[in-house]
Amino acid sequence: MQRSRRWFLRASAFWSSAAIACRGRSGAPPAEPRSIGAPISAYGARSRFEKAARFVNRNTKAPLEEAASQTPLHDTFGIITPSSLHFERHHSGVPEIDPAAHRLTIHGLVDRPLVLTVDELKRLPSISRIHFLECSGNSSSEWRGGSSGSDVQRIHGLTSCGEWTGVSAALLLRECGVHADAAWVLAEGADAGKHDRSIPMQKMMDDALVVYGQNGEPLRPEQGYPLRLLLPGWEGNANVKWLRRLKVTDQAAMTREETSKYTDLMPDGTARQFTFVMEPKSVITQPSGGDRLPVAGVYEVTGIAWSGRGAIARVEITTDGGATWAAADLQTPVLPRAHTRFRWLWKWDGRNAVIASRCTDETGYTQPPLGELIARRGTNSFYHNNGIQAWRVAPDGTITNGNRA
Amino acid sequence: MAIARSGFTICVAIAALVLACRATLSASPERSGSPQSPTFGVGRAPTAAELRAIDIDVAPDGRGLPSGRGTAAAGKDVYARRCETCHGPTGREGPQDVLVGGLGSLSTPNPQKTVGSYWPYATTLWDYIRRAMPFDHPGTLTTDEIYAATAYVLFMNGIVGEHDEVNQQTLPLVTMPNRSGFVADPRPDIPVKRKP
Ligand code: HEC
Repeated sequence: MQRSRRWFLRASAFWSSAAIACRGRSGAPPAEPRSIGAPISAYGARSRFEKAARFVNRNTKAPLEEAASQTPLHDTFGIITPSSLHFERHHSGVPEIDPAAHRLTIHGLVDRPLVLTVDELKRLPSISRIHFLECSGNSSSEWRGGSSGSDVQRIHGLTSCGEWTGVSAALLLRECGVHADAAWVLAEGADAGKHDRSIPMQKMMDDALVVYGQNGEPLRPEQGYPLRLLLPGWEGNANVKWLRRLKVTDQAAMTREETSKYTDLMPDGTARQFTFVMEPKSVITQPSGGDRLPVAGVYEVTGIAWSGRGAIARVEITTDGGATWAAADLQTPVLPRAHTRFRWLWKWDGRNAVIASRCTDETGYTQPPLGELIARRGTNSFYHNNGIQAWRVAPDGTITNGNRA
Repeated sequence: MAIARSGFTICVAIAALVLACRATLSASPERSGSPQSPTFGVGRAPTAAELRAIDIDVAPDGRGLPSGRGTAAAGKDVYARRCETCHGPTGREGPQDVLVGGLGSLSTPNPQKTVGSYWPYATTLWDYIRRAMPFDHPGTLTTDEIYAATAYVLFMNGIVGEHDEVNQQTLPLVTMPNRSGFVADPRPDIPVKRKP
């Protein structure tokens, strides 16, 4: 896997800048070219020196069209995930859709069914909001102990955060005139498998968006181009991509994706259904599994926290495996249902340490230890692990997954 | 929004007027009827044919099922031709999702979630096969082939007999073994308030 060793680089930056300063006395720094650079271009690309990439596991039984790729959380800054690095989860591949031919149909229990073009949607009052999107299967490896060699990308990389622009779903539904007995909306995609989920009317009328923009551009094809549903704070699977149809109904459709999948199996053999909200969660992204601290000393510990129920109120850090906790700084903006960046300065004494973060959201919910979730839910539920992630720091500075006892 | 409410309403009214005029002046095929949406003057009503083409979901009570029929006996052949390479000769072998077996396993350390052991509704199977299977060529089965493949997967799970006809009327009446296995979301399900 391509992975930048920023921790090592950062520690050695002082020495290399000192070296450049010394060299500066005798001549121009070699890293600054004097020949003329590249001309302007129509669409920018990142520096060829940058290699951060989604993690694509090719060693799977299922085809890569029915798979997930993970965001390199350790190689992104701030709270916005670049569109090119936003995690993917598809069930029948990424369709290529001509926006001029695409239609959104709203029908069912409404007075005035509507067929809308993408251009028509763009004429309506627009809303831009920053929200995380997390697959409810994120971090699922840890229910059964995880792997000590795993890292933050492979464990937690099914969460990303972006600025989404679109139209209020409530506005669209009101234009159609929703009947009094309407309780659900079936959202369906135009992908090969016509992915579909039933969404409670209350959420559709509260803050759901029909989105066409992501980080200032049209949605990426992997994120649903030209239209997707966005349900702030709710599990990724329900945020139907390539949205082609909203059907207003009086009952849930009981689709395969809300019965066979995305239901949480409990120890007694019953399964929880319609577990939409992603509960408060945080993770230290730097330093994290796979990193190596070069020397004892001061490090910035940073990561992200998010809650499907609102804004993050506080994040705490432990370096002694949860015995004591200290408050981290929250980087503004701190937005509801969005990744929130936290930072904390740590003086590492060069000895064994177990570092972790835990967040509390504005409802007062504090992220639990994974063990508490397992005590309540067992290890078969697969989805919705929002437990605390521990990283184990060894005296030689190597960092491994600390979730295994 | 920063615009005062009255100003906004006026803007909307003007916008609707302008759009309405534009719609009547340049009547493209898309805009044959008058705009459907009352406030913003966008959209049109879908035609019956358009709705038929996309309104494909099937509800647990059978709404949405087309007329047609199939039996497991007929489905054996459909399954062998269109499903077996990915789901195995008896639905248990994979390599893709296991479709058969697992009864009684849901509360064990190794639960097997299959159509037979886990799925609460038989209508979901019909809907999903029409929607998404065969994985590499979704949408290529005829209605009767979908009924037959549905019947065969249910038959392999011991839920219907080999010659039971599965159709619009009978499919919603099939009782799945795990019909009452689902509960509502109780979260937060752990004590969540802690002292900082
Ligand atoms: C090319 C391989 C392939 C073929 C052929 C195929 N399937 Fe599938 N099937 C899959 C894959 C892959 C999945 C998982 C899809 C997902 O999770 O999004 C799947 C999932 C399913 C499921 C859902 C299982 C569950 O527990 O959720 C059913 C039911 C199913 N297939 C039935 C069929 C039937 C019936 C046929 C024949 C008409 C068929 N499949 C043909 C690959 C295939």
